[in-house]
Amino acid sequence: METILALAIGVLTGSGIWLLLRPRTFQVIIGLSLLSYAVNLFIFSTGGLRTGAAPILERGEAGSLAQYADPVPQALVLTAIVISFATTALFLVVMLAARGLTGSDHVDGKEQDS
Amino acid sequence: MPDALILLSSIALPFLGAIVAGLLPTHARNAAAWLAGAIALSMLAFVWAAYPTVADGGVVRHAIPWMPALGLDFSLRMDGFAWLFAGLVSGVGALVVLYARYYMSAEDPVPRFFAFLLAFMGAMTGVVLSGNLVQLAFFWELTSLFSFLLIGYWHHTAAAREGARMALTVTATGGLCLFAGVLVLGHIVGSYDLDVVLASGERIRSHALYLPALILILLGALTKSAQFPFHFWLPQAMAAPTPVSAYLHSATLVKAGVFLMARLWPVMAGTEAWFWIVGTAGVATLLLGAYVAIFQLDLKGLLAYSTISHLGLITLLLGLNSELAMVAAIFHILNHATFKASLFMAVGIIDHETGTRDIRRLSGLNRSMPFTARLALVAAAAMAGVPLLNGFLSKEMFFAEALSAQTSQLFLLQILPLAATAASAFSVAYSLRFIHGAFFGPDPTDLPRTPHEPPAWMRFPVEILVLACIIVGILPAATVGPFLDMAAHAALGAATPDYSLAVWHGFSLPLLMSFIALTAGVALYIGLQKQLRSAPDGPPMLRSFDGRRMFERAMVFLSWRLARTLERLLGTRRLQPQLRLLVCVAILAGAIAVQVRGLGPGNVMPSGIDPVLALVWVGGAACAFGAAWLAKFHRLAALILLGGTGLVTCVTFVWFSAPDLALTQLLVEVVTTILLLLGLRWLPKRIDNPATRQAEVVTLTRRLRDLTIAISAGAGMAGLAYGVMTRSPPELLAQHFLARAYTEGGGTNVVNVILVDFRGFDTLGEITVLAAVALVAYALLRRFRPAPDSVEIPEQQRDQSAYDEARPDRSEGDTVADWLLVPSVLTRLLFPVIILVAAYLLLRGHDQPGGGFVAGLTASIAIILQYMIGGTHWVEDRLRVPPLRWMGVGLLLAAGTGLAAWFFGRPFMTSYFSYLGLPLLGEVPTASALVFDIGVFALVVGATVLILIALAHQSVRGQRAVPRSSEGRAAATRVAGDD
Repeated sequence: METILALAIGVLTGSGIWLLLRPRTFQVIIGLSLLSYAVNLFIFSTGGLRTGAAPILERGEAGSLAQYADPVPQALVLTAIVISFATTALFLVVMLAARGLTGSDHVDGKEQDS
Repeated sequence: MPDALILLSSIALPFLGAIVAGLLPTHARNAAAWLAGAIALSMLAFVWAAYPTVADGGVVRHAIPWMPALGLDFSLRMDGFAWLFAGLVSGVGALVVLYARYYMSAEDPVPRFFAFLLAFMGAMTGVVLSGNLVQLAFFWELTSLFSFLLIGYWHHTAAAREGARMALTVTATGGLCLFAGVLVLGHIVGSYDLDVVLASGERIRSHALYLPALILILLGALTKSAQFPFHFWLPQAMAAPTPVSAYLHSATLVKAGVFLMARLWPVMAGTEAWFWIVGTAGVATLLLGAYVAIFQLDLKGLLAYSTISHLGLITLLLGLNSELAMVAAIFHILNHATFKASLFMAVGIIDHETGTRDIRRLSGLNRSMPFTARLALVAAAAMAGVPLLNGFLSKEMFFAEALSAQTSQLFLLQILPLAATAASAFSVAYSLRFIHGAFFGPDPTDLPRTPHEPPAWMRFPVEILVLACIIVGILPAATVGPFLDMAAHAALGAATPDYSLAVWHGFSLPLLMSFIALTAGVALYIGLQKQLRSAPDGPPMLRSFDGRRMFERAMVFLSWRLARTLERLLGTRRLQPQLRLLVCVAILAGAIAVQVRGLGPGNVMPSGIDPVLALVWVGGAACAFGAAWLAKFHRLAALILLGGTGLVTCVTFVWFSAPDLALTQLLVEVVTTILLLLGLRWLPKRIDNPATRQAEVVTLTRRLRDLTIAISAGAGMAGLAYGVMTRSPPELLAQHFLARAYTEGGGTNVVNVILVDFRGFDTLGEITVLAAVALVAYALLRRFRPAPDSVEIPEQQRDQSAYDEARPDRSEGDTVADWLLVPSVLTRLLFPVIILVAAYLLLRGHDQPGGGFVAGLTASIAIILQYMIGGTHWVEDRLRVPPLRWMGVGLLLAAGTGLAAWFFGRPFMTSYFSYLGLPLLGEVPTASALVFDIGVFALVVGATVLILIALAHQSVRGQRAVPRSSEGRAAATRVAGDD
């Protein structure tokens, strides 16, 4: 399982970085989204991979790591998902505004000379 | 009087006074002067109260612990040497305040002047009384700062601004060097405490870091005391009001440098390096200053260069590594302060009463202001070193030291007395020029004002100082003797040599040198008469050698040319290289970490591969590659593939026991996709045409490079993730949260409890970020203007509208409405269902997967679905969602829940919980965290809907922005009417 997830994170990172280095704003936005998947999965994986151990307690119970998956990376990633949503939204709007202002969808606001 | 009272009052009074003076009304000239005078006099009284202690060789101390762990105390310390300086600062300060009261014009904002002056007084007192070197460096920089403000007091003149800027640049840079030097010194000694430092001279001088520390500290001292080659700022600082020049540039500020050198003299002097650096700077400054002073046209300029020269003399004395020279230096510091301050004040009187300081226009003032003329005459004679005045005594000692200097370089022994005599002759010449030029000769013509004597009280400080020059000159041992002795003993300790303060030492070589210097000076002045009358400003031969111009050039070079060149060479405004660099640095950082620490096998055996998950990720990887491949020409396809990857991520979360993450990811995926879809319409068309596709070598190389970077990054991340996953994770907080989620947070869904309770403050910050993003998006889109090539209505819409308009029985929008009839009926039916689901997710969030975020996203999806199917107009006629209000309410609720804890005497965001039985719904967890979660819910709904609607509205607005034919406009009106 670890191998699959590690490969998956690698593929997502690679595709994300490739797009991040492209000249068009839309490519960059897709690249950032892919990269954020990779990062979220990575943070999530730092808690260890457990199946069937969702951190939902019984009432009145004081849980322990023996029964349940680590909830801390999950809480971190939940925050990260929301923040990356906000970032994507902000970037999209900035991208549209820049495109409207400059007439170009190049990341530098103008077509490259070379 | 207790030590603490004396020391703390001496430091605190001027600063307090500065604040009070700063608050006085602009024209409260007398009030400010009284205040400043009272403060200066009470400081003097406090200093005097310490005299009995320090006169016995005692030290007045007071320390307030500040950061004891770092060895930093706020420590004040007054020994005889510091006492002398504190007396100088407060005594001359009181005289300057009195003088300034009459000098400053009623039109100037005088309280501000006195506020700066008092603050400077406090800073200077801080320098001399500091018992800790770091603290000394701090007050040192404060003196630079307040002298900047004082020089720039008349900031409406360019000269004042430039002079102030230059003084600050030079002295504050020096101050930074001093700070660094102090840190090195503290490192050598192991303490910043002055007492400890003064006791470890051997250790300092023999340490390997002695030279760096020495150079850094001397950079600070030499810049402050305007020593060559940093002397050029002092003449520029003459743009300050004359009381400032009299106070800062003769008696105090510039003396800080020599004060520091004298303070550290017992531990840092005595080496060849000290002799060469300090001695060379001193002798160069002594000669250069005196020579240049002769050729100044501005009386203040003359005094400025004379000050530079006398500071050079003191520096040279300090550099001679002889205890007797050190005593002479302290003595000359005092003498110079008295005669130079009085001369500056005299020039101020001349300037005040005649309107000019130009030596060529002034003449014969002896007749119109005889008292001032006599006072200036005596002070100038003291400056020239005429016997029976104080300047003569210290100069005599200087000559004696120049003759008996000890050094390995024999030729210096011959040069030094010559240089001393020459500089002394120069000083006679410029003193003569000062007196003869201003007070003698024919009656002045064309002066801006008719000269007359100044008010008696304005002359009073000059009289006091000149009186001091005479008394000390005639009866040195009886007047200044005890004080000098005390200061010398405090500075030198047991090494204090025997010396005699007498006017007459019999016929000796120094006396002969004095005589030669006096005669040569008079002869030089007479010989230069003709040249001086016609010469322009500045000395012959050295006119092109202008420190000020070099400084300006250096500044232009550093702050403009160098910066521009570096930016051109190293900077880029293009995003791609920046991102590439960032990624490469990240890869490199990871690689170096692995290289240094090694990456062995983990301690957790990887579990077996589940074929289902493997298959799912084959799809996921294909989606990711596809998105990367297609994002340029097939945006919609890339977007769909991105969604595919998101779903696979979502499945992974479910698989590995994170239901909350899966839910959130799923909903965020939906919202993000809609968002990007709405944005697609405004992007330029880009059609992949194989015929025009560029396959240049440059492009290929670039792609190959980026591909390599991407593959390395991906491989690195994969390796890193694998490495992390095959190690048992640290337990740290997990156990804590798992054990307390229910017992203390009142919820069974641990992730949710962490978010709304344990780490509620983070969540509050997070939703604030979301609100800020939504507002920014809204604000940006309000002013949105689409690019010209995107303004046009899309082809499909045009066709539909044309079809609709061609039929009289149809109105615009009917086709699309017909086409989407079934989905629209379904979504309208689904709307209440989705809202219900949202409420369910919200309420159960504390115990089961769900929560405010998820519920908020669900509700906003319900709303945006209606927009997509029904169209903007249709929805907004039926459903008003004021997103800003939702956001506001949400933020208030969330923050309010946190604040409510205060009313129960608990810290911010303490939560409370119990279970409440409701009819129909059964038992509902009602923790205060639920209210918080409702706040999160409301904010997420508001923010998401605000962004999406703002984007969606662009299509409506975009259409209206297009200049349309009259027919089109009619159609638009009809649509609006139909709505």
